[in-house]
Amino acid sequence: MAKGTVEVDKLRCKGCSICVEVCPQKVLNLSKEPNPKGYYYARQADPDNCTGCAMCALMCPDVAIRIWRQASGN
Amino acid sequence: MKEVFKRTGALTDAPFHYCPGCTHGIIHRLVAENLEELNLLGKAIGVTPVGCAGFCQQYFNIDMQGAAHGRAPAVATGIKRALPDRFVFTYQGDGDLASIGIAEVMHAAARGENITTIFVNNAIYGMTGGQMAPTTLPGQKTSTSPFGREPSVAGYPLDMPKIIAQIQGAAYVASVSVDSPKNVLQAKKAIRQAFEYQLAGRGFTFVSVLSTCPTNWGMSPVKALEWLRENMMKNYTLGVLKDAAAQ
Repeated sequence: MAKGTVEVDKLRCKGCSICVEVCPQKVLNLSKEPNPKGYYYARQADPDNCTGCAMCALMCPDVAIRIWRQASGN
Repeated sequence: MKEVFKRTGALTDAPFHYCPGCTHGIIHRLVAENLEELNLLGKAIGVTPVGCAGFCQQYFNIDMQGAAHGRAPAVATGIKRALPDRFVFTYQGDGDLASIGIAEVMHAAARGENITTIFVNNAIYGMTGGQMAPTTLPGQKTSTSPFGREPSVAGYPLDMPKIIAQIQGAAYVASVSVDSPKNVLQAKKAIRQAFEYQLAGRGFTFVSVLSTCPTNWGMSPVKALEWLRENMMKNYTLGVLKDAAAQ
């Protein structure tokens, strides 16, 4: 069961791949299909291993990432 | 699931025009989040530079004023003196602040003007095509120093926070980087401290943020962060260089 969820705004993402590199669990990758701007956007490829640490969101230069985390104790 | 990270309301919905991987976006977010957390959205006035961030008035949900190249601290001085109850900051790049605007920032610091300057240093003129800037490192290749900056001809880089820290009127001077999540959090804290000092009326506050320019450095965004870590962070002084309240 995933502890966290990442949602990338694919219209805002420019595919810089900083989030892909910075993720300690390596749960993100770039899409095969471009977004309307022509960028290969980041997406959550391996949602089960996401811990919701938000490192990707902290480093996202386009503020395109939202993070949800399982409330502690659950 | 609880939402733990979302886009701050201090940023507008407009997508940034910056190149992919440009750390201006991270720094915009840090400034915006601090404005929101300190409840300053109704009384903050930002002054924009000339350069890539010259369009940043589109991105902040506050009043902004454009300034002539390098003159943001002079314009901010006028705003702050006319409207002392407002929160006033400038957001400037290294081409804007460290070359044509060096007099304005030095004298704003010397007067102890109660404003905050966010200085974004990427060691290059980004918007105009990657020319050598006063902050370009020795040996660094740019479009006007294709064999690397040669100090015997082009001199040495200016370490702005170190210079400003020696001016008596400066109340808080910090130099931070946004190369990693840990340093991004530290950068946010430094900006927060500077903003709080302005609210307490302590005088001029200055936060230098080391940034990347993947396009003009000719690197991928991830490589640019590595270059920042290995070259800029070693050549520029980091940390809190002056804290008048702590002394």
